[in-house]
Amino acid sequence: MRNEPKITPDLVASHGLKPDEYERILKLIGREPSFTELGIFSAMWNEHCSYKSSRIHLRGLPTKAPWVIQGPGENAGVIDIGDGLAVVFKMESHNHPSFIEPYQGATTGVGGILRDVFTMGARPIACLNALSFGDPKHPRTRHLVSGVVAGVGGYGNSFGVPTVGGQTRFHTRYDGNILVNAMAVGLAETDKIFYAAASGVNMPIVYLGSKTGRDGIHGATMASAEFDDDSAEKRPTVQVGDPFAEKLLLEACLEIMAADCVIAIQDMGAAGLTCSAVEMGAKGDLGVDLILDKVPTREEGMSAYEMMLSESQERMLMVLKPEKEKEAEAIFRKWGLDFAVVGYTTPTKRFVVKHGGDVMADLPIKELGDEAPLYDRPHIPSELKPVIAAREIKPPMGIADALEKLIATPDLCSKRWVWEQYDHVIGGNTLQRPGGDAAVVRVQDGPKGLALTCDVTPRYCEADPYQGGKQAVAEAWRNITAVGGRPLAITDNLNFGNPERPEIMGQFVGCLKGISEACTALDFPVVSGNVSLYNETNGRGILPTPSIGGVGLLDQFTKSATLAFKAADEAILLVGETHGWLGQSVYLRDVCGREEGAPPPVDLAAERRNGDVVRGMIHAGTATAVHDIADGGLLVAIAEMAMAGRIGARLDAPPSSIVPHAWWFGEDQARYIVTVPADQAHAVLLKMHAVGVPCVRIGTTKGSSIAIEGERAVDVHKLEVKFESWLPDYMAGKG
Amino acid sequence: MKSAVLVFPGINRERDMARALKLASGREPAMVWHAETSLPAGTDLVVVPGGFSYGDYLRCGAIAGRAPVMDAVRDFAAKGGLVLGVCNGFQILCESGLLPGVLMRNARLKFICKDVHLRVERSDTPFTRGYNAGQVIRVPVAHGEGNYAADEDTLKRIEGEGRVLYRYCHTDGAIDERFNINGAANSIAGIVNDRGNVLGMMPHPENHVEDIMGCTDGRGLFAGLVAHLEKAA
Repeated sequence: MRNEPKITPDLVASHGLKPDEYERILKLIGREPSFTELGIFSAMWNEHCSYKSSRIHLRGLPTKAPWVIQGPGENAGVIDIGDGLAVVFKMESHNHPSFIEPYQGATTGVGGILRDVFTMGARPIACLNALSFGDPKHPRTRHLVSGVVAGVGGYGNSFGVPTVGGQTRFHTRYDGNILVNAMAVGLAETDKIFYAAASGVNMPIVYLGSKTGRDGIHGATMASAEFDDDSAEKRPTVQVGDPFAEKLLLEACLEIMAADCVIAIQDMGAAGLTCSAVEMGAKGDLGVDLILDKVPTREEGMSAYEMMLSESQERMLMVLKPEKEKEAEAIFRKWGLDFAVVGYTTPTKRFVVKHGGDVMADLPIKELGDEAPLYDRPHIPSELKPVIAAREIKPPMGIADALEKLIATPDLCSKRWVWEQYDHVIGGNTLQRPGGDAAVVRVQDGPKGLALTCDVTPRYCEADPYQGGKQAVAEAWRNITAVGGRPLAITDNLNFGNPERPEIMGQFVGCLKGISEACTALDFPVVSGNVSLYNETNGRGILPTPSIGGVGLLDQFTKSATLAFKAADEAILLVGETHGWLGQSVYLRDVCGREEGAPPPVDLAAERRNGDVVRGMIHAGTATAVHDIADGGLLVAIAEMAMAGRIGARLDAPPSSIVPHAWWFGEDQARYIVTVPADQAHAVLLKMHAVGVPCVRIGTTKGSSIAIEGERAVDVHKLEVKFESWLPDYMAGKG
Repeated sequence: MKSAVLVFPGINRERDMARALKLASGREPAMVWHAETSLPAGTDLVVVPGGFSYGDYLRCGAIAGRAPVMDAVRDFAAKGGLVLGVCNGFQILCESGLLPGVLMRNARLKFICKDVHLRVERSDTPFTRGYNAGQVIRVPVAHGEGNYAADEDTLKRIEGEGRVLYRYCHTDGAIDERFNINGAANSIAGIVNDRGNVLGMMPHPENHVEDIMGCTDGRGLFAGLVAHLEKAA
C-alpha cells in the first residue's frame, strides 16, 4: 500500500489503542493492520464510539414501553404519540471540542444532534441544551459561556429550529472541562421512520452533503482522553459547523425520503465515513465496498486514512433504491449538494476500502463493532455523606436576606441572557417559552403538544450517585408533570470523569442504578443516549452529570399550566411532604458556605402519587398556576412564580416542628406549589387528604411583595431586578 | 388575496408566514422557489420571509437579492404590486434595491429573540390599515442583524415622506433609546419604498396571530392586507 507509515508501538499508542487492544486486532485479522486499518480500528474502538467502559452497564436500563417504537442503538429514539405521529429525539454531548473552541464546538454539537434526528425521517421541531461551566471567577469561564451560547444560537437559529429550553449551571469542578449537552426533538410519521441497516446486495451507497476535508481527524479519539495543560494544541481536531449546509441537507433528505428513494441512511458524525459505513453494513449483515476516489473532497491529495477519519460536518451516507438513483440525484442537485455513489453493498460481510486502485483496508465488518473491547472496569461505591440536621445549621442571615441573595446566585438567577440569544419562537409552535418548568411545543396545528425538559442536579450525584441518578429522572418527570404533560420517555447524556479510576466508575454505576430504578418506577424508559467519559483535567474529574432529557405529551395543549401567579387572592398550596432537607441544598452551599451532607432522598412512589394528582388538577382546570420545587426550595419556587406573574404573596409562618430556614430553603423532593381560586381551596385539600397526598395551604397571592408572617417583606419588582441582573452583569464584566 | 412566498435556500420562516397568510385569507399561499423567473399568475402579494438565505454568507440578503426570482419581484413592484419582507426578507429587499438603507449587526453584537413593542406610525397604508395610528403592538424579534442604517439624506427623506411605518417603543408608545433593541436609526423597525407598496420590517408579526400564543397583535397587518386587496379586487 502506497506511502503508508510503518506500524510501530508509538503509532499504535498515538491512536489511543492500548497494547492489549492492539493484540486483539492482530488476533482478529491474523496480520499486521495497514495504517488506514489502524485508523479505522482507532475510530471504532475508542471510548466515544465503542462505549467500551459503559456498554456493560447500559444494558440494565429500562428501554421498553408500549409507546416505544425504537429504543437505544439507532441514531435517535422514537416514541409513538398517536395520530400516526412519532417523536424522534436524542441528547448528545460535545464537551471536549467546546472547551477547546467554544463557538465551533457548540455549533457542531447542535448540528450533530439535529442530523441524528432528521436522519430518521423527522423534521426537527425543538432543541434544548444543558450547559455546565466552571466557577464564574475562573479566568476562562466568561469566554466559554460567551462562545458556547453564541455557538448554540448561531447554529440553531440559522438552521431554523426553536431552542426552547435547557439548563445553565456553574461549578468549579467544570473549570477544566465544560459540558455542552444538546438535545434535538423531531416529528415524523410512524410509518416513515428510516433506519441505518442496509439491505440488499449490490445496492448503491451514496455520499451526500458537504465535501470531505481534513478537519476533525481523530476528534472522537480526542473525546476519549483526559485533558492536560497542552489540550489547546488539539484545536485542529475540532470541526467547523455550517448550518446553511445542514439546512439544505435537511430539506433534501426529507424530500428524497418522501419520494421513497431510501433503503437506509446514516449520518456521518463521530469517526465520519468509517463509523457510518461500518454501521450500515454491520446492522444489515452485509459487507461494504467503498471507492474513495469517488468521495467529494475539499482538498487535493487526501489519503485514504484522512478520508476515513475526517469528521467534516453536514455529511450523510445512504443506501438508495437503485431505480431511484436519478430522481434522488436531481433532488440533491436542486439543493446544491454533493451527491456521489461511493460504493456498494456486498454479500461478503467485509469492509473493503479502495483508493487509487489499491485495497487500503479489508476488515471483517461485524467484528469491527461487535468485537470492540468491552471492559467491566473496577468500581467502588462513593462514600456516603452524613445526613445534616437542619437544627445544627446556624442561619447566617434572615429569611428575606437569604432569598434576595439566592435569587441572584449563578445557579438560580435568570438565564434570560442565554435564551434570548436563541430563536425560541420560530416555527410558530412554542406555547411555553424558556424560563418555565418545561417548554411546551405544539404538534403541527394541535391539539397535541409536547412538554420538553433537561434536568440533572450534579451536586446530588456527587454526594450520592444513586439518589442523584433517581433525582435527575424524577425532576424531569416532575417538570413535565408541572405543565400538564404525561411523561413518556427520556434520553440520557451521561457525563463522567475517567472510567479507569474505580471511584469514577463507581459514580457511573451508582447513577445508572438510580436512573434505572426511577425510569422503571415512573414508566419513563430510556430510548436514546450518549456517554461522555474522560471529562477530566490533570486528574480532576467533573461532578458526575447524567443529563436527562425528558419528553411528555399533552393531549390537549389548552389543558396545561404555567408557573406564573395568575391573580391576587388565590390560595397557595404546597403539595408533597416537607422535612426541611438542607443537605446539598443551594442554600447550604451559597448562603451558609457549606457544600455538604447527603442529598435529599427520592421516594419514587411519592413522586408518582403527588405528580399524578397535580397533573389531574391541571387537566381538570382546578390549578391556576403550578411549579415544581427544586433548587433553592419552597421560597425560591414561590419567588419565581411571583416574579413571572408580577403578583406578590402573603405566606404563613412555618410549622413549629421545622426550623424556618429549612422549611423555606430545604430541597425535599416530590413537591409542587399549586395555586387554586380561594373558594376552592378547602375542597381541594379535602380531596388531597382523601387520596393520601400531603397538601397544606401556606398562603395567598396578594400585593406586590413576598411577605412571610414575622419576616421582612421582599418587593417582587426589586427581587426581579436582582434575578435578572446577575448574568448580564457578569458577562459585561461587572460581576 | 393570492399571495406568493419566496423560498431561497436557507430561508426558514416560510412555514410560519404561510400559516399566518392562510389564517388571514383562508387561502394557501404559493411557495415560489428562488430559481423561478416568474411569479404565479394573479399574485397580488409577494412575501419574502425570514431565515438565513444562503447562510447569511457574504452579507445578509446579498446573494438572495440577486437571485433570478428577484427580477420578477422588481417588475411586480414596479407595477405597484404589494411586497412584504420580514427579517431576512427586509435585508433581501434592501440588498435587491427595492428599499433604501441596510441592516447592520445589532448594536450589542448579539442575536436577540424576544417580544418587543412597536408603534404603528400611520394607519393609511395597505400594511397598517388593520391598526390605528399610534397604536402599540407586541411582536417577537429574532435577528442578529436588524440595526437599520441609511445616510442622513435618505433618513431625512424617508422620515419626511412618512415612510417609517413601525418603530421600536416602550409599552406606552414612547420612543427611547432604551427600547431600541438593535440600535436602529430613529428606532426604525419597518419602512416602505417611495411608492408605498414595498414594506420591509425586522419583527415577526406572523408569529403573533393565534390566540394560543397569548398575543394576536400581528393579525392586524395581515387582516389589513386582506381588506386592502379585497377592496382593490
